[in-house]
Amino acid sequence: MLISVTGVTHTYPGRPVPVLRDVDVVLDEQRIGVIGANGSGKSTFVRLLNGLVVPSSGSVTIDGLDTSRQGREIRRKVGFCFTDPDSQIVMPTVAEDVAFGLRRRGLTKDERASRVKGILSEYALDQHADHAAHLLSGGQKQLLALASILVTEPALLVMDEPTTLLDLRNTKMVAQLVADLPQQVVLVTHGLELLTDFDRVLVFDEAKLVHDGAPAESIKLYRDLMT
Amino acid sequence: MTTTIGLYRSGTSVLHRLPAGIKLSTLVVAGFCSILVRTPAQTAAALVVVVLGYAAGGIPLPLLWQTLRPLLWVVVPLAAFQVIVMGWVRAAVIVGVIVALVLLAGLVTLTTRTSDLVDVIVRLSRHLRFLGVSPERIGLMLNLAIRGVPLVIELAESIRDAQHARGQVVSPRAFAVPLIVGALRRADEMGDALAARGFDD
Repeated sequence: MLISVTGVTHTYPGRPVPVLRDVDVVLDEQRIGVIGANGSGKSTFVRLLNGLVVPSSGSVTIDGLDTSRQGREIRRKVGFCFTDPDSQIVMPTVAEDVAFGLRRRGLTKDERASRVKGILSEYALDQHADHAAHLLSGGQKQLLALASILVTEPALLVMDEPTTLLDLRNTKMVAQLVADLPQQVVLVTHGLELLTDFDRVLVFDEAKLVHDGAPAESIKLYRDLMT
Repeated sequence: MTTTIGLYRSGTSVLHRLPAGIKLSTLVVAGFCSILVRTPAQTAAALVVVVLGYAAGGIPLPLLWQTLRPLLWVVVPLAAFQVIVMGWVRAAVIVGVIVALVLLAGLVTLTTRTSDLVDVIVRLSRHLRFLGVSPERIGLMLNLAIRGVPLVIELAESIRDAQHARGQVVSPRAFAVPLIVGALRRADEMGDALAARGFDD
């Protein structure tokens, strides 16, 4: 998908200072990383990509669809994975949460059940299908959150620090899962090693996109900024 | 830090296969009929039927106890009060009926998926469309409420742990303020998650 961010500045209501200033970037690579210090604007940047945040000025388009006017169409194509899976699991049980995203998709009950069964099996959650979601481990919750998004087959997956709350084993598991996805991925992370094989890495600092390039040079610049 | 809220036990028993509407109707009818129970023998019969229901549903006895345990805070003082005021016969009937109804409600939730229970309520609320009621919204609201209970309990437990770790004396205000702020923040995040999944209207 072609992501086009043009002249974007964003200020949250009630805050005096913009969280993003004059961002211009066009992205069409399969694996795009986003790094930066806390409060640098990277989370706001990725929230622009599926219309969760509409810019105060400028425009964001995804394959020509404008997020400020066509948010619903965009959200059918762009999946969003949050840092804390507890915030995005909205249904009481595992299978119900996966099935939730398939509502309003014009699928029959059998088609929905078949897709849910398939994705739960793919992510080794099938034996937990009827379990209460809050009883899963942290890693399993993040897997469930991902499965609930991927069952809707988005063309682009945006992930905002999906491994921050995970231990090393689960971080590796999520990293491998992301590497194997056929979808285009935009990943915000503090785990710089996750970005080694990415196509392009954006660096944010103090509300600005300060660098845009290959992983090695972007990570080096980020490390320099942090010292 | 786990709760038993929304605990469905998967299974293939007759009770599991029974439509959710029938189980909910039985619960409602049992509630109305409970006012007809007058003697300890009738109360004991009701309790035996409910316990047999647990056996028929393949529900282990510890789960029956788990359902009953939180009720002790209410029924024990109530039983003592009724014994003093109305005598032991009336106390046994009142407490026995309450226990039987709570266990029956527990049996329904243990053998019925939450989604099936919510679907029944959504189907019933379709009859209220003429009042502007949206059944889909009611279903979503119920599911979010059920999902929210363990989250708020976990939040409360973490606030209590943090207070203990800092050696603070339990203070209602120091507990309530972070609980309310945390719950509102969580609600905000869930709103974002709903919007991100296409439920933004």
